[in-house]
Amino acid sequence: MAGKLLRYGGQGILYLLFAAFIGYFSTAPAYQHLAPNEGLLRLSFRHPGEFATDCRQRTAEELAKLPPQLRAQMDCPRERSPVHVRVELDGQVLYDERFQPAGLRRDGAASGYHRLPIPAGEHRLRVQVNDNARVKGFTHEGERQLTIAPGQVVLIDFIADMGGVVIR
Amino acid sequence: MSLFHSTNQRDSRVPGDGPAARAWRVLERALDRVCGDRDNPLRQLGGLGFYLFWLIAVTGGYLYIFYDTSVVGAHASVEALTHGQWWAGGIMRSLHRYASDAFVAVIVLHLVRELMLGRFRGFRWYSWLSGVPTLWLAVAAGVVGYWMVWDSVALFVATATMEWFGALWGFGPGLVRNFIAKGAVSDRFFSLVVFLHIGLPLVLLLMMWAHIQRLTQPQSGTTRAVALWSLGAMLALSLAVPAVSEPPAELGRLPASVPIDWFYLAPLPAIYAASPELVWIASVGLTLLLGVAPWLGRWSRPAPAQVVPDYCNGCRYCFADCPYAAIAMAPHPSGQGEIAVVEADRCASCGICAGSCPSAVPFRPGERLVSGIDLPDLTVGVLRDEVDAAFRQPGAAGATLVFACRHGARLGSAAPPNVIAFELPCAGMLPPSFVEYGLRAGAAGVLVAACAPGDCEFRFGVRWTDDRIAGAREPRLRRGVDRARVAVVHAARNERRALEDAMKSFGERLAAAAVTSVAGKSSRREFGESENGR
Repeated sequence: MAGKLLRYGGQGILYLLFAAFIGYFSTAPAYQHLAPNEGLLRLSFRHPGEFATDCRQRTAEELAKLPPQLRAQMDCPRERSPVHVRVELDGQVLYDERFQPAGLRRDGAASGYHRLPIPAGEHRLRVQVNDNARVKGFTHEGERQLTIAPGQVVLIDFIADMGGVVIR
Repeated sequence: MSLFHSTNQRDSRVPGDGPAARAWRVLERALDRVCGDRDNPLRQLGGLGFYLFWLIAVTGGYLYIFYDTSVVGAHASVEALTHGQWWAGGIMRSLHRYASDAFVAVIVLHLVRELMLGRFRGFRWYSWLSGVPTLWLAVAAGVVGYWMVWDSVALFVATATMEWFGALWGFGPGLVRNFIAKGAVSDRFFSLVVFLHIGLPLVLLLMMWAHIQRLTQPQSGTTRAVALWSLGAMLALSLAVPAVSEPPAELGRLPASVPIDWFYLAPLPAIYAASPELVWIASVGLTLLLGVAPWLGRWSRPAPAQVVPDYCNGCRYCFADCPYAAIAMAPHPSGQGEIAVVEADRCASCGICAGSCPSAVPFRPGERLVSGIDLPDLTVGVLRDEVDAAFRQPGAAGATLVFACRHGARLGSAAPPNVIAFELPCAGMLPPSFVEYGLRAGAAGVLVAACAPGDCEFRFGVRWTDDRIAGAREPRLRRGVDRARVAVVHAARNERRALEDAMKSFGERLAAAAVTSVAGKSSRREFGESENGR
């Protein structure tokens, strides 16, 4: 009888230990995703840059070399410009990156995503974008005064229809 | 040299004989003392996985009844379940969560066990390989389950998962926009999530079914004790620490500290600690490594069993006893009855089929003993010849004859004197009639040393041996055989001392029986039961 009790007790302890193991790692230790006084800037966009080069008129010699069905007067390369993004926080460059267009011929949209944890509090956020390789400097810009609360997420997007840089 | 290596000879290595296997066996034996070998959960991890799967399915089915597949309703419906009906929905939710966590823990333990015991090579390649995708499917199903709650943890899991997948060629960084742009998450998203959360486990179940296809009588459940204890433990945990939700997901907020479930979500912090690409390389690399593990290292595969048509009468004993479904029945070439057919790729070369064959009777006349099914390299005919030769030696009469499983405990150089020992690939290879044959050849007693119950290298070797010697399974040890002179000992690989003690005890009993027999007093009743070396 005592042996039976000991065996049941031992099994009870073992299964409870297993349950405790499962219960603990089910939610703990908590993953510190951000420091307690940090917010998160997320840069995320999908945007086709401008065409990298202008169309040009083909010469008579060039046209003659082409098969008759392909003799278009204008030669318009499809390659698009990379999208250059610079993020400044309180006058300091936080992130500066060029995103290449998708596709083997680089004729698709450029996509970008980046996480930037920043301290909570008052900040001046400035985002500059260049989507045209033929233009020096930046073609679009957005600037906003932000009050970032801990855990707040601010999204930096680029939507051409909405004027370019969108901060929300 | 003897083909059936004597245990008195130098120990030769067998698969799963390294320090890892020894360590695992020590752990299992320790748990045997608490739970008993029959109800030791470590010995039925695969079956426990199946049991937990069904527990998850049943609790999940209940939760699905009340789940609202909409942006606004998802979190609210889970909250209503958790708090509004804590006595049913709340417990079901907690059980669903904790059983899912236990499921991952159990299948990882199952993998570790087979790896440590070296049970993944050779004929086991199919079972091993088909088990690898179940890890991915289980984790994928669980991760999607976390999206359903649509709380702040769900948002973190969704964005982090998309960031991880976004690193893959073909997905791209735009993938995460599905969870961060305003209005990106719609009601239809939750219908998709429900579809995935049901569909992925169904695929998982299909893989689990495929995983056990090369097993006879697969263990797709647990013993009642393990089932009740597991359910009790999960229930106690559910009542003590109910699973609850975090605040509803807000696309503009992420909590700094996320209480994640490490059983399912461990790769996600790793993508931030290292990089998504590195986590892909590590996880895919580990998966590939697991996938090719059966073919890594040197491995010589013994010849599969062979059927001799002239001696196979289609009795189906080998068909029933083969632990790996490697034997099928086909029409006999003679046109009468059936014949056993061995599928070589599935054959473990354990010899259990030879032990089950009614034609493997050493008393059969003839210079050469040929059995209906046998191992070509270690035939029962050779075993008979070696037993004959051993007992022709001067002074052999009165020795103890030992048939020992090669994967169980070994006597080595410490074998007591006056013992004639033969090693078999599995105790199940021994036709029971060899026990009587040994006694008639001059042995004082016959001891069969099998692996510990639950630790049989070939699943059913111990069980079939016990049943055959006890006369409970065909082919049976003849009832007329003096059971007092027969012992079956169960001793695992690292339990040499237990085997030695059992042999010593058996020898003493045989000696005492001989003395009392000479004195004309039968004392059979004193040692009429089989030995237990543990």
